[in-house]
Parts: sequence; C-alpha cells; structure tokens
Amino acid sequence: MKVVVCIKQVPDTKGGVSFNPDGTLNRAAMLAIMNPDDKAGLEAALRLKDQYGAEVTVLTMGLPKATDVLREALAMGADKAVLVTDRVLGGADTWATSTTIAGALRNLEYDLVITGRQAIDGDTAQVGPQIAEHLGLPVISYAQDIKIDGDKVIVERLYDDRYHVLEAKMPCLITALAELNEPRYMTPGGIFDAFQAEITTWGRADLKDVEDGNLGLNGSPTKIAKASDKVRKGAGEKVVPDSPEDAVAYIIGKLDEKHVI
Amino acid sequence: MNMTPEAIAEYKGVYVFAQQVDHTIGSIAYELLGKARDLAAPLNTEVVAVLIGSGVKDLADSLAEYGADKVIVVDDPELKEYRTEPYAHALASVINKYKPEIMLVGATAIGRDLGPTVSARVATGLTADCTVLEIGDFPLVPVPGKEDEQLHNQLLMTRPAFGGNTIATIACPYNRPQMATVRPGVMQKIEPKKGAKAVVEEFNPGFTPNNRYVTIKEVVKAVKDTVDIMDAKILVSGGRGVGSPENFKLLDDLAEAIGGTVSCSRAVVDSGWKPKDLQVGQTGKTVRPNVYFAIGISGAIQHVAGMEESDIIIAINKDEDAPIFDVADYGIVGDLNKILPQLTEQVKAARAAKKN
Repeated sequence: MKVVVCIKQVPDTKGGVSFNPDGTLNRAAMLAIMNPDDKAGLEAALRLKDQYGAEVTVLTMGLPKATDVLREALAMGADKAVLVTDRVLGGADTWATSTTIAGALRNLEYDLVITGRQAIDGDTAQVGPQIAEHLGLPVISYAQDIKIDGDKVIVERLYDDRYHVLEAKMPCLITALAELNEPRYMTPGGIFDAFQAEITTWGRADLKDVEDGNLGLNGSPTKIAKASDKVRKGAGEKVVPDSPEDAVAYIIGKLDEKHVI
Repeated sequence: MNMTPEAIAEYKGVYVFAQQVDHTIGSIAYELLGKARDLAAPLNTEVVAVLIGSGVKDLADSLAEYGADKVIVVDDPELKEYRTEPYAHALASVINKYKPEIMLVGATAIGRDLGPTVSARVATGLTADCTVLEIGDFPLVPVPGKEDEQLHNQLLMTRPAFGGNTIATIACPYNRPQMATVRPGVMQKIEPKKGAKAVVEEFNPGFTPNNRYVTIKEVVKAVKDTVDIMDAKILVSGGRGVGSPENFKLLDDLAEAIGGTVSCSRAVVDSGWKPKDLQVGQTGKTVRPNVYFAIGISGAIQHVAGMEESDIIIAINKDEDAPIFDVADYGIVGDLNKILPQLTEQVKAARAAKKN
C-alpha cells in the first residue's frame, strides 16, 4: 500500500504573533513549523505503515527552505520526500496550489492521499478537496479516525453535531483533523538519517498534465484587493479591586449600567 | 483560465446554498439570504436559494420568508444524507445550467467540503470563511493610465487569515461565479415575511453512482444536551484558569443565575473538561453574544478571533498581563474562585429585586 501525505510549512501562530514597527506581520521572527493538521495526517499514515507496511511519501510545495518540514517528516518515519519548488508557482491561490499538487501527484503511485483539513496561515481548508477533484478521487474531509479494510478505507467523518462512518474504495483522498491522533516525535537516529536522505526536487517541467494558465499568481482566479492588519477593538477599562467584594460591586455596576440585569 | 467578458456577462443572480440536515434548514442559510439581499440590490438582480436533499420541496416557503425570490430544488433519493458526491454534482450542475454571478455557501463542516469541490469542478475562485461581503470595484483604486480597466460591481470578499491576525479583501474578477464560503453567525437574517412565496423550480441533473460515491455505514449523532453557544445572548466562558472540570460549577451557577450559557476555550476541550461543541475560537465557534464573560482565559489570538465581536466583554483573570485585557471592555484582575460565588449571589439578588 502506498500513501502520499501533502504537508505545508507554515508560520507558527500559536506561540504568539510578531509584528514589524509598521504593523505588518513579521514572518521572519516567527518559527516555521509543519502545519498541525498535516502532522496528524502524517501520523495517521505512519500508523498505517506500522500496521500494514505502507510506503509513506511526503510531498510539499514551497520555497527551498520547506525541505525542513520534509526532513522532519522523514525523521518521524516517512520513506520518501518530494519538494515541488519553482519561481513560477509562487503567489498561488488554492486553485493554482491544488492544480500544482495534482500535477505532482500524477507522477506518483498512491492508494491513499492524505492532507490536513486546513493550514493555520491561510485557513481555507480548500486544497485537499480541490486536489481530489482534479484527480477524480473520492474525498473524505474532516477525518477523525481512519481504518483500512482490504481495498477500502473506513473513515469517521466529523460534522457539526454528528459523525458519519464512511467507506470508500481506494484510491481516495482524506483530509485529517488535528484531533485524529497525537503525532510521534522524531527519533535521534531518524533525524540523523533524515539529514542524509535525498529529497526529490521537482520544478514546473516535472508537473504532469498541467497548463501554465492554471499555475502561480497568474493562474489564480482569486486576487487580493487589499491586505491589512486587523483593527482591534482595543482595551477598555482594567481594574485591580482591593477585595472580591469590590470586584463584584464593579461588575454588578457595569451589568446594571448596560441593562444586562 | 480567465473567462471572456462576454462569457462573464451571462452570469446573473445572487445564489445561496440552502443547507438542510434532517429536513431542517440551517440558520446559516437564512443568514446568507439576508446578505444576498444586500448584494442583489446594487446589482439589480434576484436572490436564488438552491435547496438540495431528498423530500425537501416543502422547505422552499421558509426560504422565501427569509428573502429568496426563487428556489431551485434538487430532490433525489441519492441526496438523503450529505455526501460530497452527489451534492457537488447537484450544485455544480445548477451552476452550469443557471449561471449565477455570485454563489454563497455557509462555512460549516458541510459547506467547507462542498465549496472547494464545486469551485474546482466549475473552475472558478473560492474565498473561504468570509466575514464581510460587499459590491465594489476591482482594483479598489484604478491603476493610473488604466482607468478603463477597473471593473465595477465585483464581489469584494473580506476574510481573516493567519488565525485572525490579518484581514484580506479578495476579488474574483475574471471568473464566474464568484464563490465564497461565509462564516456562520456573522451575517444578519432579515425579519421573516410570513406567508411569502418564491418561484419554485425543480431541477434534477440525474445521479449515477461512480467511484466518488462513498457508502455511509453509520450516522452517529452526538447527544446534545447543551444549547448552541452561537445562539446564546450571554456566554459565561471558562479557560484553563478555571483549574478543574469540577470548578466549572462556579461558571454553571453564574450562567444559570444570569440566564446565560457556558462555553470554553480550546485548552479546556483539549484537557477533556468540556465537549468540543462548547469551544469558542478559530477552530471552534465564532460567537457574538451581548455579553461575553472570559473567565480564566488568557486570550490567545486563536480564542479572541472567535469572540471579539461580542458587544460587551468582561474578563476576570488573576494575571494582570493576560492578553484578554487587550480586548475586554471591563477587565477585573482577581481570583475567580473568590469573585464568582459572590457575583452569582448578587446577580440572583439583583434579579429578584427587579422582579418585585
């Protein structure tokens, strides 16, 4: 069984966000990490490897420094890594990104493709389903449990108030929720091997059955009209009452003033 | 992949995917209809709801009451429960036949699956999780010397990204339909017009199962004994600082006294103290109650993204430097264990006094 996991390198928004003096986001000062949902997807693939001897390939599209997350994936136990990088691929929206990744996946054999539900920088949750659409695969998004039964995959798919147990014939694409599992750590030996490992690098010319008009900034149907820092409401009053009684009196006063009680 | 201006001109109308589950229209569908009316006015066009399901025709009237001029119904036994395929086939077929200018989908667990699949199938752009939609020009300001290239009457879709740290306004100028998924709880419904009727049009593109059809082996409904926190007027929300699941009793008591609902931060869900459907924030729910009590919540950006539109935010935290104070209207530095019991008593007393 062959599994390809699509991963993305993202800035870490969890450990706080850094701004430049002009108010723009200081990406250089923020740590770059493997997107959490993708990491859960990778862990799910590695468990399939432990259980069924699956071969796990990780694939990313990004700048050359995105090899860092590929090496991390190898150190966790992935077998092969592919970086898709080319200047003409930059500035892509989800349509152009999914077109690119589909073009790369056409070069690989797979029974399962796993992506994260969403990346914490773009927050769109679109690329996984769009890759499936380009490749004509069934898609099961929001997976909270994955099992294999012969040539079928059985997945718990989470909705707002329920989950469905779905069965799909492979090949199939699954998008993983971070809640799916607790990703394993890299092993010291794994880290050593990962830094020796060869990473396959593909450019525009290596993408299969993809038109130029669907790639990069020019191939992106959505265009950014404006990007700005969020204007926050700003702090109101802050008090440090001498006693709990004072604190309660203060809150009751405000609730009364605003006609809440 | 750009379409020609002539092809673009054929696309008319503001369309809304009217999500229904178990024969009940979701609140998001009415919210989208309310917004669609705003967008349709400057475009001088109609608002159309697309209702997909099995045995759902009778729901069309309620969509009319909330602002739909027309309802396109795709009704087929294959559409009984949501599955990506055949729902994507249904919606993509509606788009290909009726050519809407704008297609809005709720950013629910269903819409965020359906939207990207359909946008890829009909080859157009999709903006995710929008919080503001308006009609305007693209580019916003004409490029000097290229004034005649500025496009008018475009859908401008504004959305938070980076966990709510940045705001981007996005257009889809050269492709149709302009598609957006819209965050639940952000747009406003109109006051329903009782007895309103819409033109109902039935359309069935035919459903032949292929490799993309999955089998539903089981549907497991989470037992819901809680109110939907998105509908609550007052939320009493607790974070890691509450200390233990038992200590949430203090919040339960306050919520009961003040007529509110308990919600929580992600840390609380991750610790297993409260179920996921009570979680406020980027990966939980977006809420905008009249009053939001942030109790023992530090105020990480991921949490704030889900509650900062609340009318009044009251924060109680013992850490004077907690970032929650940067968004709170009223911040109290103190120990919640000492403050909450007294607060609950006084709220009860105040309410009792008002009744007399």
